[in-house]
Amino acid sequence: MSQSIENDSVGIVVPQVAHFDEPLALTSGNTLANYDLVYETYGKLNSDASNAILICHALSGHQHVAGKHHADDKQVGWWDNMIGPGKPIDTNRFFVVGLNNLGGCHGSTGPSSINPETGLPYGSRFPVVTVKDWVDSQARLSDRLGITQWAAVVGGSLGGMQALMWSMSFPERIRHAVVIASAPKLSAQNIAFNDVARQAILTDPDFHNGDYYQHGVVPTRGLRLARMLGHITYLSDDGMGEKFGRLLRNEKFKYSFDVEFEIESYLRYQGDKFAGYFDANTYLLMTKALDYFDPARRFGEGNLSRALARAKASFFVAAFDSDWRFAPDRSREIVKALVDNRLPVTYADIESAHGHDAFLMKDPQYFAVMRRYMDRIYREVA
Amino acid sequence: MMANVSLNIRPEFKQIAEQIKEGSRVLDLGCGDGSLLAYLQQTRKVSGYGVDRDDDNISACLDNGVHVIQSNLESGLSMFESDSFDYVILSHTIQAMKDVEGILKEMSRVGKECIVSFPNFGFWDNRRQLILGRMPVSDLIPYQWYDTPNIHFCTVKDFHRLCTQLGFHVQDVRPLHNGERVPFLANLLASLAIFRFTK
Repeated sequence: MSQSIENDSVGIVVPQVAHFDEPLALTSGNTLANYDLVYETYGKLNSDASNAILICHALSGHQHVAGKHHADDKQVGWWDNMIGPGKPIDTNRFFVVGLNNLGGCHGSTGPSSINPETGLPYGSRFPVVTVKDWVDSQARLSDRLGITQWAAVVGGSLGGMQALMWSMSFPERIRHAVVIASAPKLSAQNIAFNDVARQAILTDPDFHNGDYYQHGVVPTRGLRLARMLGHITYLSDDGMGEKFGRLLRNEKFKYSFDVEFEIESYLRYQGDKFAGYFDANTYLLMTKALDYFDPARRFGEGNLSRALARAKASFFVAAFDSDWRFAPDRSREIVKALVDNRLPVTYADIESAHGHDAFLMKDPQYFAVMRRYMDRIYREVA
Repeated sequence: MMANVSLNIRPEFKQIAEQIKEGSRVLDLGCGDGSLLAYLQQTRKVSGYGVDRDDDNISACLDNGVHVIQSNLESGLSMFESDSFDYVILSHTIQAMKDVEGILKEMSRVGKECIVSFPNFGFWDNRRQLILGRMPVSDLIPYQWYDTPNIHFCTVKDFHRLCTQLGFHVQDVRPLHNGERVPFLANLLASLAIFRFTK
């Protein structure tokens, strides 16, 4: 192991591929005849396979949650501050699995993968996938890994929705659901933001109805705009003000449309970076999965409490006060439905200036409660 | 579970536990570090939740093996359905509440029975300190007047009167001092009181 890897890192990890030939029936009515799921694991599965934790990714996430892919890798996994030896999700104790969801662009079968029927990238032919479909595919990965019950399924935002769906889809297969900065369904405002992001992509001249792969172009402009918009909504006004305020790159106004304010520079940079590595079709699919998520509709005739009546897990729900896109009130709806069903739940309402993105930040209180909740899980399964 | 290592068992916990039927469902408002709920889980096999707004208390509750919901009681108990708990407890918290009537009404809505414990401002030593011209400071009221979360002190008599005014049926009053029941002159000799009432 390289010297550049810290003691509390899981170190160098290699993604693995699980191939499935058993067709997966999707919520949309379509079927995926076969597919790959790319995943990474950290820590050791214990003898009775009781210490496994599934990490579900959010909108733009993937399987690489912790560690590095090679010694000089500048980028650590997206949740490296939370997962590792001695960290709140302690890989000395738990066997942690991260995966890239179906429809993703980091190795799991998605729109940019080759469609075996045509020999071309799926593009517009890749079916719409939902949170339920993801959870179904994750259950198959669990079988493959010999995990009959997860000690916990953990996720933030869209990942939290997957944890919640796990508790309803496979009540026996999940001991604890850790649902962070999430919601039981999107609000109209949230769907509206998603649609603006999608329209930016769909109306990009390089989009070619989703089949841009064959044209040798990518709808960079649309994806960049979508990400810029998303980024604004994931931060809080205060947090953004604190970091950028009205700082100018030069002292004087230029009275032009060039980059003048620091926030403009930051957003454009983030947009460009994202458009350079993320697939536009995946972005469309993931935002749609968010919009469709509504377990109350699926399992409870519109009533979340009724839907959660099937759940058997214990829950940890956390929200951040400056998160206006997945506000604490939305988490409280989940908590209320759990309380209605007399299910064990702990809820943390965390102060943070970081908005929705707070769930990826190393906030002391957030990490303290996560650590303690994971300790509690460990005491049960050890 | 390594639960009771740090339990901060106060003398009146036993007096509260005695009034709670085994296996019942309990909501503990202002639960602090969760010691009371953990104690009730161990001694009375209760289930339920604590509610507290303080960050450190949420962490402590997790250590103590209780389920806790972080929330400000002043904003009400809208998360809880009517009559959904056998007991709603407000222990050592009412004196720090802004809307005392509001929380008592909410408790009686959510719980079949309510239990409230509070330091008795009418306790003789508090009176003595007032006679000497000072605001009372004691084990149960450990704050200086300028640096205290407590804004609504009352006496045993006062609380009884408020219960009547709100239409509650007082089932049990336990005037206590050092965890022992005070047999007479409750309002003078009890440093703490536990009320149990129904709507």
